[in-house]
Amino acid sequence: MLHCIEVFWRAPEPDGRALDVTTQIKQSGTVRVDSVEVSNLTFIRGDLSRAQVERLADALLVDPIVESSRWWSGPGPSAVQAQRLTEQGSDRCVEVGYRAGVTDPVATHVLRRARNLDINSIEAVATGTRYVFTGRQRDLSSDDLHEIAQRVLCNDVIQTYSLGPMEPAFVPRADPSDQVQIVAIREVDDEGLARMSVDRVLYLSLEEMKVIQEEFRRIGRDPTDVELETLAQTWSEHCQHKTFKAEIDFSCEGGVSRILPADYDPAAADEGRIDGLLRTTIRAATERLDREWVRSAFVDNAGIVDFDGTFEVSFKVETHNHPTALEPFGGANTGVGGVIRDILGVSARPIANTDVLCFGELDIDRQDLPEGVLHPRRIARGVVAGIEDYGNKMGIPTVSGAIIYDRGYTANPLVYCGCVGLARQGQHPRHPRPGDLCVAIGGRTGRDGLHGATFSSAELTHETGQTVGSVVQIGDPITEKKVMEAIVVARDAGLYHAITDCGAGGFSSAAGEMGRDIGVEVELSTVPLKYPGLRPWEIWLSEAQERMVLAVPGENLSRLEEICDRFEVEVSVIGRFTGDGRLRVRYQGRTVADMDMEFVHDGWPRPKMRADWKAPLLPDGDVLVPGDLSTVLLHLLGDPDVASKESVIRRYDHEVQGATFVKPLVGAQADGPSDAAVLCPWEIEGWRGLAIGCGINPYYGQIDPYAMAWAVVDEAVRNVVAVGGDPDRIALLDNFCWGNPSLPDRLGSLVRAAQGCHDAALAYGTPFISGKDSLNNEYVDRHGEKRAIPPSLLISSLGVVPDVRKAVTMDLKRPGDWVYVVGQTGAELGGGLLHRLHGVAGGSVPMPVPHAIEMMRSLHRAMLSGLVRACHDLSEGGLALAAAETAIGGRFGLALDLTDLPRTPGVETDVMALFSESNSRFLAEVAPEAAAAFEKALVGWPVARLGAVTDDGVLRFRGIGGGVVVECQLDELAWRFLGTGQEP
Amino acid sequence: MTRALILHAAGTNRDREAAWAVEKAGGEPVILHISELHERPASLHGFQMLVLPGGFSYGDALGAGRLLASDLRWLFEEEMARFVDAGKPVLGICNGFQALLKSGWLPGLPVHPSGHQLDARIQATLTRNASNRFECRWVWMALNPDSPCVFTRGLARRGVSRIGCPVAHGEGRFIPGGGVLERLQANDQVVLTYDRDGAVADGVPSRGPAGYPANPNGSVADVAGICNGQGNVLGLMPHPEDHIVPWQHPRWTRGEREELGLSIFSEGIEYARGL
Repeated sequence: MLHCIEVFWRAPEPDGRALDVTTQIKQSGTVRVDSVEVSNLTFIRGDLSRAQVERLADALLVDPIVESSRWWSGPGPSAVQAQRLTEQGSDRCVEVGYRAGVTDPVATHVLRRARNLDINSIEAVATGTRYVFTGRQRDLSSDDLHEIAQRVLCNDVIQTYSLGPMEPAFVPRADPSDQVQIVAIREVDDEGLARMSVDRVLYLSLEEMKVIQEEFRRIGRDPTDVELETLAQTWSEHCQHKTFKAEIDFSCEGGVSRILPADYDPAAADEGRIDGLLRTTIRAATERLDREWVRSAFVDNAGIVDFDGTFEVSFKVETHNHPTALEPFGGANTGVGGVIRDILGVSARPIANTDVLCFGELDIDRQDLPEGVLHPRRIARGVVAGIEDYGNKMGIPTVSGAIIYDRGYTANPLVYCGCVGLARQGQHPRHPRPGDLCVAIGGRTGRDGLHGATFSSAELTHETGQTVGSVVQIGDPITEKKVMEAIVVARDAGLYHAITDCGAGGFSSAAGEMGRDIGVEVELSTVPLKYPGLRPWEIWLSEAQERMVLAVPGENLSRLEEICDRFEVEVSVIGRFTGDGRLRVRYQGRTVADMDMEFVHDGWPRPKMRADWKAPLLPDGDVLVPGDLSTVLLHLLGDPDVASKESVIRRYDHEVQGATFVKPLVGAQADGPSDAAVLCPWEIEGWRGLAIGCGINPYYGQIDPYAMAWAVVDEAVRNVVAVGGDPDRIALLDNFCWGNPSLPDRLGSLVRAAQGCHDAALAYGTPFISGKDSLNNEYVDRHGEKRAIPPSLLISSLGVVPDVRKAVTMDLKRPGDWVYVVGQTGAELGGGLLHRLHGVAGGSVPMPVPHAIEMMRSLHRAMLSGLVRACHDLSEGGLALAAAETAIGGRFGLALDLTDLPRTPGVETDVMALFSESNSRFLAEVAPEAAAAFEKALVGWPVARLGAVTDDGVLRFRGIGGGVVVECQLDELAWRFLGTGQEP
Repeated sequence: MTRALILHAAGTNRDREAAWAVEKAGGEPVILHISELHERPASLHGFQMLVLPGGFSYGDALGAGRLLASDLRWLFEEEMARFVDAGKPVLGICNGFQALLKSGWLPGLPVHPSGHQLDARIQATLTRNASNRFECRWVWMALNPDSPCVFTRGLARRGVSRIGCPVAHGEGRFIPGGGVLERLQANDQVVLTYDRDGAVADGVPSRGPAGYPANPNGSVADVAGICNGQGNVLGLMPHPEDHIVPWQHPRWTRGEREELGLSIFSEGIEYARGL
């Protein structure tokens, strides 16, 4: 029997969900729709009596105050469909359901809870959503409905829809499969190897395929599919970061000259031949700095620094770009879930999330969209909802982030997800021992995310969505929450010797990586499955979410099981660590993979690559005379990159855990954009805190990636300093999102950026503790034309705030206070907001400021002494934008005079003074009585008092020549900044 | 020592904050997972106070607090009844409020004998925000000085009229069943209502509807929290446990300090101690 229960809204108050859908349809630019009714469908397969169906609906599905239900039963889907068709018709109706196998927590809960109601005959549950278009709109044709369904209601990658009553997609019944294929590789020619790599979605180069062929010829047998898939996963760019380890021939022409410490070994800075980009740049900086408070850099799932001698803080930032392009909600959702598991993988409790997003322009015309690409508005909406769902449900505050809108991200959106963790020192064991059990905990394994690791090496095309649907998944944050709680207890009890997460590559990656030094043996038939029928290689490679792998000594197993049982977490012993240095996988006792660990992890041939960077030929660009500067300022404030992100920020719980002492939004009306969040976790004694900031600016990178790297390091550092972070206790993370690295120009700009990271880190004394790259963010159209994203380097910063009660926010505090600018302004509009808005390419990008950190130290001391009432860093849009933001934050006016602005001789015009984006600058509000001490603290640095806070509600700038050049009413500034904020 | 049980279910996420608040208020918090309590339901009576903290119990899979509510009914009905009837304080915050409402412990108006026993107990709901959005922001709540609520009546006596703390929810829109609001108002069971922020300095609750965003979710009559007739069970959507030191206030860097959300816990502990 099949039963279908529909639950619909009946309260007199309007249904918010239905209104929201109407708005979404309106924004999508399809036909006009006045109103829609939305209802939930629950399909139940099993023999239930009438009374049982009613009980189920009443007890679980219907909220009696605002909802009602109706239901249908029949021998099968077609009978139920026919009944519903007769009763409900199919006019003006779209129904959407998940494809079989997509995670559906609602269905799972109905199934489980039905047993509490003594309903035990349910075989399967599926859900759907029904949309009926009501109202006075003209009759919708079926073409209209298809369009609405495809653009708004249904994502084909994970869902299906029908006009009229749908048929639920239950996972088909299947028998267990022990099918293992032997892949005849030894006798294949080069062409065959290349084809094999493509056909099997391995994304291995011919050279790599040949190495595998050679190895199996040596052994004297052909590999199994399990083995081949394992190698493809382990050797994938995603897991191995081959580009960052490659030998690179590099040529560089023009651009900003490198700035290196005086005693730097010139041989190491040799441009021509790079012996591993990661080793010679990012890691080299960390090693040279050798900060004693760095506990772990680049070796664990996350970087770890000391916090207060008792606690350690871990931080990791990941990207989840390809999945997000195809299924924005699921992609971002599992991106957040994945990075949280990285933090669990260093035995820490997650205390904060960060999210930096890059989308195409939201108002792009549908005709201009590349083929097969979702509209940026839809991507943005899905991504924000996905982050909200996972972060909020995990109970982790999302406290820091940025959103960039640029045409370059239309086909390849970026989602950077970060997570910060806290643990006591010495709580993270990392060495499995021979004899330890290999234990999987958490979610079950399904076909989700097969080939995710290798797929991330692909360029997206107009038909990617159709071919790799299985790569995309929906997360289940509550399962991960339970896993988190169990792990924290198991950690405190010291029950495991090592832990890692199942991310890309699934068990293959997790167990393979953990057993790397000693060997591991896994029996796949012991893995709990979501549904039967998975072949052994699918179990091994599945990227199903919410799973962790632990190395547990046998004597601790029962205690671990007890803990997991308490938190309702599934545990299974899937193998053991051996000590023989081999990766051995069995299925029902039969060996399906048996390889030498060394070959698995280190057997791949180190690629040789070419990288060329040439400074682009761009006009000088610094000759802009845009007319009335007040109008310009208002215009800039409304730019999507700049305008308030409040509508997004408020959808993330940034208060949970109670530690968010400086919030992402601050000021008189809690709408000023904070430079960084400050957290004071409750576990710790005293008032020490953490500041979390970030820097990203792809626009500078299009002119000079080297200068961009300095600028974003500077931004990440000054964010943290601006709220009271100690400049000498800042750790950085790098995330490179670039195009296809096999193209020398893409790789050339990547090399320049990595060099910039290295040189800036040395200058600022800020070690890198973790990093990740996501390459091949490139779209290939039907004609083979390639388009890469702009060079997108995200620098995330983690700083220690010595006393959170002395933290400083950016909003102006009191009329009459004096306002200083700290730092020098140069003629640097290149890549800046003003130029972008006027379509000006070229110009000088912000230059490195080699001694910036010393100035920041002086500023920090002044802040610690309580001399600074408000502090805001100058970034996009320069002085003018920063001043406007502080005024909005405090809802006070500001009268400033540019005459004394510390500036280079090139800064001759008011436009330049107001909008230049030079690095290492701050605005500081200082009480007149503290001014002398403040000036003394910053003596020797370019600092000047520009004016004062006023209570007249006007932002006023006097120009270099003396006259008033900007005069804006506070209300209008706020309206521009807040009112035009784009809600995806 | 006043022991407070903080009940944790899969997906609960503000249990630790509730524990810190209880501790700071002078009580002894004990976080128990629901399966632990289920093993020995009678152990509930070893506690003087019960807190159902915020979060997304069971992912709010079938509506916020719905599945936790069914746990309360199916697993702990009798024990809860004994606890509540004994006059012991019960505090449901956010998800805990949703669960109390959807299991019928709130508002607990007398049920007409004609009604189907269980359904008639469901007298109001908390459903999707009018905006259909999850929202995290600070709100200000006006205290009903005449309410019998044991968590607030002492505050009213001290002259406290408002409390600020954050909301963080997607399903906090209070909608009462027919005739319920009037009965709640008549009994002063509406303990807390959303209020505009502006009048904080005067300490005078504003008049008229709060409007968005002061009322962040579209709750009918700006209802933020209600109690049972006895006054010992309080449910509210905002999070007093996230305002237990002055530096959590969104404007502390502007020198602003206000009554802490902690006071609600202090009152509850104080009351429990006197039982």
